[in-house]
Amino acid sequence: MSIEINSQKCVGCGKCRDVCPGTLIALGRDGKAFIRYPRDCWGCTSCLKECPVYAISFFLGADIGGMGGRLHTEKEGDILKWMIERPDGSVTVTEVDTRESNKY
Amino acid sequence: MKSERIKTDILIIGGGTAGCYTAVTAAENSDKQILICEKAHIKRSGCLAAGVNALNAYITEGRTPQDYVDYCVKDAHGIAREDLLLTMSQRLNAVTERLDREGLVILKDEQGKYVARGNRNIKINGENIKPLLAGMAQRHPNVRVLNRVNITDIDVTGNRINGAFGIGIDDGTFYIIEASAVLIATGGAAGLYKPNNPGFSRHKMWYCPFNTGAGYAMGIRHGAEMTTFEMRFIALRCKDTIAPTGTLAQGVGAKQINALGEVYEHKYGLTTSERVYGTTAENSAGRGPCFLRTEGISEQQEQSLLKAYLNMAPSQTLKWLESGELPGKSNVEIEGTEPYIVGGHTASGFWVDTDRATTIQGLYAAGDVAGGAPQKYVTGALAEGEIAAQAMLRYLDGNKPAGISEESAVRHLSEAERFLDGSDSPYSAEQLEEAMQTVMDSYAGGIKTNYRFSEKSLGIAEKRIIQLEGLSDSLRAKDPQELMYIYELRERLTVCKTVIAHLRARKETRWAGFAGNTDHPERDDEHWNVFVNSRFENGRTEIILRSVSKG
Ligand SMILES: Cc1cc2nc3c(=O)[nH]c(=O)nc-3n(C[C@H](O)[C@H](O)[C@H](O)COP(=O)(O)OP(=O)(O)OC[C@H]3O[C@@H](n4cnc5c(N)ncnc54)[C@H](O)[C@@H]3O)c2cc1C
Ligand code: SF4
Ligand code: SF4
Repeated sequence: MSIEINSQKCVGCGKCRDVCPGTLIALGRDGKAFIRYPRDCWGCTSCLKECPVYAISFFLGADIGGMGGRLHTEKEGDILKWMIERPDGSVTVTEVDTRESNKY
Repeated sequence: MKSERIKTDILIIGGGTAGCYTAVTAAENSDKQILICEKAHIKRSGCLAAGVNALNAYITEGRTPQDYVDYCVKDAHGIAREDLLLTMSQRLNAVTERLDREGLVILKDEQGKYVARGNRNIKINGENIKPLLAGMAQRHPNVRVLNRVNITDIDVTGNRINGAFGIGIDDGTFYIIEASAVLIATGGAAGLYKPNNPGFSRHKMWYCPFNTGAGYAMGIRHGAEMTTFEMRFIALRCKDTIAPTGTLAQGVGAKQINALGEVYEHKYGLTTSERVYGTTAENSAGRGPCFLRTEGISEQQEQSLLKAYLNMAPSQTLKWLESGELPGKSNVEIEGTEPYIVGGHTASGFWVDTDRATTIQGLYAAGDVAGGAPQKYVTGALAEGEIAAQAMLRYLDGNKPAGISEESAVRHLSEAERFLDGSDSPYSAEQLEEAMQTVMDSYAGGIKTNYRFSEKSLGIAEKRIIQLEGLSDSLRAKDPQELMYIYELRERLTVCKTVIAHLRARKETRWAGFAGNTDHPERDDEHWNVFVNSRFENGRTEIILRSVSKG
């Protein structure tokens, strides 16, 4: 399990780098973020939530049953939109209202 | 390396749950200078990075703090400090109400009362709980935060704290921090044992992999008394994603079943360790794998689960949706994790008094690093932070900083510089970490042996860990981040040695799910209803037994 940073989208703001609880992300010479230690990612998704241009996605390694899906998130006001994209291109969107408590 | 000397009244090591709240309390009640040193960034560091699903420690209507104490003591099979649990429990609701006022989303009924989940939990949206706490700490002008500074040691002379040393992980600045009072709030220790998935996803573990036991190791090194390291925590989790199971068990009433579809949880008992034990026992008896029975839950329940997991363990939602095996259609497989040392769940950590003062003068501990009070969780960590802050302010009244000697500063700086001297090393920190995890897994009761060990196997573990400690002297780093990895490895090795000494000392099996002593497979209340404590002195771990009744 780890993250992927789309360097085409990245604008080099450094927010993901700042917020990672394992300080695993660095900015390269090209000013773009990259994950220095992909195997050390905890999967907390802090970096995804922080990125202003939604350049970061999260995936499960094949060793823990990953099937090539990617998880992204975008924020619209109080709504966190979580998108799961499968290799066949299909996408499931789950919207979470951050003002609502968990039901369980 | 360039160095910088800083003076402060209160130093907080670790800007996590307990650390941030300690800073808030101290800042609101004084004009003292407070410095938080955090190895990552306080906005999302530590256990709360992904968010949490509920507040697990709350005194619900009709219950009293003493009820919570009684529950914790029973769940810990008698090994817990009632005095610590009570002082914590008395504050659980006030800290919760504070979070509510600060904007934490808590589920309320029509009368505005919190909706309980079971007897002790309340339902929240905990996704943003860490940014919220960090914001509270940062708004005080007398709180200074040094992010990305990894504290490597404390400075103690004559059993009194003088401050700490740290290294900036961006530019390698060496910090010498003098303080009158110091709080250790570095959380527990993950990564001692081989994890469930040691390959690419090795960090998909329950506990925060970046909490490496630094606080424990610093205390041990300087002779602080430690307690109950033999009570390791093993989490019962969703397989692979290591996501919480409580949400399924308590939320939709999913029962633990074996491969034959039989509900087995009542056979073994329902304390935290018994739930783990039952699952291990069913697997060993050939009736595994085990599951939580979610098949047949309603579509609406399923949708709520997908969302709830996004707020705390997004991998589980990803897994459900990418595989198409939604919980209403397929039961969720469960497994026990590797053991962790974590004083917020079990009782391991610093031996403290009701002020959360450790046995080193001027040094306090709160949260997962503090021992004796299991099941403190988020709100308990906050309560302990508040207690410690008030106690430190009282302590500051009579105690001025002693200062850190030049000799000690130079010694610590030279050690760091030696690791960075540019020479080659036969091994990397990563290799030695894997070796340590394999040793602990095989010989000190890891997943491989169903959490069981013997006197003989512990002897092998100890020998190998000491060898690895020797090898770690030869490690070399190319940059400050890799230097941090060397320190983390050495911290873990120190904690491993203490864990081994404690496992060996308790000659009974008290928490069968968490640890099975094959030489002494039964619980023995006549002799072992005591705390196993330890102090590292003259290169040896001395075991001290303390009575439970006195605390
Ligand atoms: C995945 C997970 C889910 C949980 N879910 C819940 C839940 O739903 N409800 C609940 O009530 N409880 C939950 N808990 C328990 C609760 O989160 C913890 O008990 C509590 O947050 C611990 O607080 P702490 O301050 O001790 O540790 P943390 O909050 O982890 O803080 C420790 C801090 O110290 C820093 N640090 C470590 N070493 C150093 C060093 N050498 N130098 C500088 N800084 C350092 C770390 O980066 C971190 O910021 C959960 C725990 C985990 C791991
Ligand atoms: S998911 Fe968390 S641990 Fe992984 S890179 Fe992002 S912030 Fe770091
Ligand atoms: S947060 Fe996004 S835009 Fe900013 S550096 Fe990271 S990936 Fe690039």
